Amino acid sequence: MAQKVNAGTEVPQGAGHKKVFPPLDQQFYASQLIWLAMTFVALYMLLSRLVLPRISEVIDERGARIRRDLDEAERLKSETEKALKSYERALADARAQAGATVKETRAQLAAENERAKSSAEAQLAAKVAEAEARIAATKSKAMANVTGIAAETASAVVQKLLGTMPSVDEVKKALAS
Amino acid sequence: MPDPIHQFDLERLFHLNLFGYDASFTNSSLYMVVVVVAIVGFLLYAIQTRSLVPTRLQSLAEMAYEFVAGMIRDSMGEEGMKFFPLIFTLFMFIFAANMIGLIPGAFTVTSHVIVTAALALLVFLTVIIAGFAKNGLGFLKLFVPDGVPIYVLPLVSAIEVISFFSRPISHSLRLFANMLAGHITLKVFAGFIVMLLGSAGAAKFLMPLPLIAVVGITALEFLVAFLQAYVFTMLTCMYLNDALHPSH
Repeated sequence: MAQKVNAGTEVPQGAGHKKVFPPLDQQFYASQLIWLAMTFVALYMLLSRLVLPRISEVIDERGARIRRDLDEAERLKSETEKALKSYERALADARAQAGATVKETRAQLAAENERAKSSAEAQLAAKVAEAEARIAATKSKAMANVTGIAAETASAVVQKLLGTMPSVDEVKKALAS
Repeated sequence: MPDPIHQFDLERLFHLNLFGYDASFTNSSLYMVVVVVAIVGFLLYAIQTRSLVPTRLQSLAEMAYEFVAGMIRDSMGEEGMKFFPLIFTLFMFIFAANMIGLIPGAFTVTSHVIVTAALALLVFLTVIIAGFAKNGLGFLKLFVPDGVPIYVLPLVSAIEVISFFSRPISHSLRLFANMLAGHITLKVFAGFIVMLLGSAGAAKFLMPLPLIAVVGITALEFLVAFLQAYVFTMLTCMYLNDALHPSH
């Protein structure tokens, strides 16, 4: 477990020094300080010049890469949002336009309807008026005929009854009364 | 009974003298080199894939990076990231030293007080230098808390100064003591196993008890190894935060 005891021939300081607690043995202070200084400075130089730049380079590169990727993602996200917004605007525009067209068409159709309806009504009214006039004419003609027939009938009836032909004036007078 | 202190012994592997100082390459030096090689080797190997979606090893390296960076950002803000290489080096060095020290037979660099003291002093000096460099004399506001009545201010300032200067002591001793105590405990319990096995009679059958304890303590020591590296680094962040924002 421990080192081989071969120091016996090596320690020149004599037997008086043997008893010193080794971690506090002053005869080795100079050697330890000198070698600590040399190895520590060497380690410092090797680490600060050679090792640490390499490690920090790798870490920084990774950090830069992650930042770059995040920036890229951010950019793409904003682009997506922009595209979405413009799409929504286009959709709203189209919707508004469609609404306007529908309204316009509806108004146009209604107006056309109205016009067709009113012209049809006018036509019908004209036909009704014409028909009524024709009916009135026919009626008055018929009524005139009725008077003639009545006079003839009356004179025929009188002739049969009296044997004499009444004058036209007498028949007319009687019919009118 | 095996000596539980023996594991902390230092041996000179190569003798070396620099400007009159004994700079011998010891087993501690060896493990410092092992720690550095292990950290750099592991991180370089783990990050070599450099893929956008990390492999398991790569994510470990990134996790270590993000862990320390997160600690700094939480305590100091983005401004503290200029200390990142230093704090990352501290964390990785202590963490790797603690972890490698848990390998049986390995030496624990951070179990020697001079090492942790040097690291704590490094932090302490960094705080002072960075504090004055950034705030000039305004750094001294650290010792003059806002909203304290003038008649208790000397007392509060004295306490602040003492606490400031005792920071490196507690900072270093916490790590050192945890490593030292943990490793001694492990070896003592491991020693019980050997003792019980070597004993005559029924005591032999008590052997599994310390064995179970050693397994449990080993798991606990792995937690401590990480936790102490974390605590040391966290305190470093808090102390450096004082350097950046002295008025609290």
